[in-house]
Amino acid sequence: MIGVEHYVVVSSILFVLGVLGIFINRKNVIVILMSIELILLAVNINLVAFSAFLHDLTGQIFAMFVLTVAAGEAAVGLAILVIYYRGRGTIAVDDVNQMKG
Amino acid sequence: MDWSHSLRLIAPEETLSIAGLILLLLAAWGGDKASRLISILAVAALVGATALVAPALCGGAMGADTSAFFGQFRADAFSSYAKILIYLSAAVTLVVAPAFFERTAAMRAEFPVLIVFAALGSGMMVSASDLLTLYVGLEMNSLAAYVLAAFVRTDGRSAEAGLKYFVLGALASGILLFGMSLTYGFTGTTSFDGINAALAGGLSNGAVFGIVFMLAGLAFKISAVPFHMWTPDVYEGAPTPVTTFFATSGKVAAVGLTMRVLLDAFGDQAAAWRQIIVFIALASIIVGALGAIGQKNIKRLMAYSSINNVGFILVGLATANVQGASAMLFYMALYVAMSLGGFVAILMLKDEAGRPVEDIQSLGGLSRTRPGLALALAIVMFSLAGIPPLFGFWGKFLVFQAAVEADLMALAFIGFAASVIGAFYYLKVVKIIYFDEPVNAVTGESDVWHKAILVVTCLIMSPLGYLLTRWLSGLTDTAATALFFTS
Repeated sequence: MIGVEHYVVVSSILFVLGVLGIFINRKNVIVILMSIELILLAVNINLVAFSAFLHDLTGQIFAMFVLTVAAGEAAVGLAILVIYYRGRGTIAVDDVNQMKG
Repeated sequence: MDWSHSLRLIAPEETLSIAGLILLLLAAWGGDKASRLISILAVAALVGATALVAPALCGGAMGADTSAFFGQFRADAFSSYAKILIYLSAAVTLVVAPAFFERTAAMRAEFPVLIVFAALGSGMMVSASDLLTLYVGLEMNSLAAYVLAAFVRTDGRSAEAGLKYFVLGALASGILLFGMSLTYGFTGTTSFDGINAALAGGLSNGAVFGIVFMLAGLAFKISAVPFHMWTPDVYEGAPTPVTTFFATSGKVAAVGLTMRVLLDAFGDQAAAWRQIIVFIALASIIVGALGAIGQKNIKRLMAYSSINNVGFILVGLATANVQGASAMLFYMALYVAMSLGGFVAILMLKDEAGRPVEDIQSLGGLSRTRPGLALALAIVMFSLAGIPPLFGFWGKFLVFQAAVEADLMALAFIGFAASVIGAFYYLKVVKIIYFDEPVNAVTGESDVWHKAILVVTCLIMSPLGYLLTRWLSGLTDTAATALFFTS
């Protein structure tokens, strides 16, 4: 029998992978965008699993909101990335260092 | 709870969202030529929304009557207080922005629209009484803020600030959201009242994880140590009017949201989160003060100053009582005035060609070439440092008084000692302005609106500000009582 704890474990693993993807990744900003999506999807698994096990619809509605906002977030992120690329000609994470201190 | 009552309660939000949508259409139609008209209309909408929220504060609205949409949204005196600060500082941002963008012709018609939407989101954050409203408000604010940070598309620093803000802001939202999903799972509800009731029997491990993740996400948003790394880069890189907006309206919204979550949803679990708040308050005060010392860019210095000030605000939160909340609200009003004054003064630092002068060394001897501006900067710095005759002192006094009366002696003592470190870099700026050899870098003409706002904020910061004490503390007491009012 698969219980709610299995879902929480899977979503926690996905969440940690997403966070590590942001911090360990040294190559490409696109990978960071993918990691952010991974984090949000981990949250969605959590919400839907809890919702199903609590017999309460709120979590699923919440997941819908998260999906919608994630789409908007990705759009804004890519737009900023495009401006950045135009000015700098690179999207390597190591090169994002014009300001320091 | 009927719909018309709910719709009446969200009147300011309706005003702003409808105004924002209409202005967006105007922007699409009129193009950048219409940006002046759109700015004026946006300021009018923000001032109108302020007028709509003011009665709830003056009337001390609290309790079930202020709850809209089945407990999703709360329009009480606390949210009104925060919204007045948010809307007014957004309006000031719009007033000071055109002169900054003029030189590079970077003013676009979307700027006022984005500010209106960001202010709308900020207002929803402080009114949230459900995790769902919290999330939607937060993202509404953040998505507009990411774009604002990257607004000057031709400036590499602005694009980099936008990129950093986006990545770290999205990560913070993700962490916050993960905490919210755990909280929902272990309490079975998303409403703040429901969470509070569900936790009355004690905290489960899962709920503790929920609180910790939510706190981490919130600390990101208020730029408290250890989640402050983005602040200096974003404050430096973003166009100065946008930085003004982040430091005032964005800060009030994030702190207001943190108060709502911790004092409302987790209000009875103060023992569980007090240690964390004490730690991040002290860490913010100390790191903010030490980090500012080596800075060469004045906007970066203000960023560390904002981290430092958030630490002082959080000292009030650690008390978890009405007095502490009232002190925090008082401090926030002062901080908004000081930040507006500080950033408007920075906006006025321009060279002959109108290029911004941000290097602190270039301010040498400013008192001889621009005595008025030098005096204003000195007032801002002394007030931020909390040196007594100026009004900034009173905010620090109130939060420390609240901490002492709540028996948080160690916190008050270390915080007080660390504020002395902070005084060092503020005084260094004053020393450069008044005693160094003149550099004559600041020669540009100032905009009349900048001068007017600088004069008003300096009057508030000056000892004359103490005339406001009684009135302002009456308002903050009402707002704090409303926050703690539970049915």
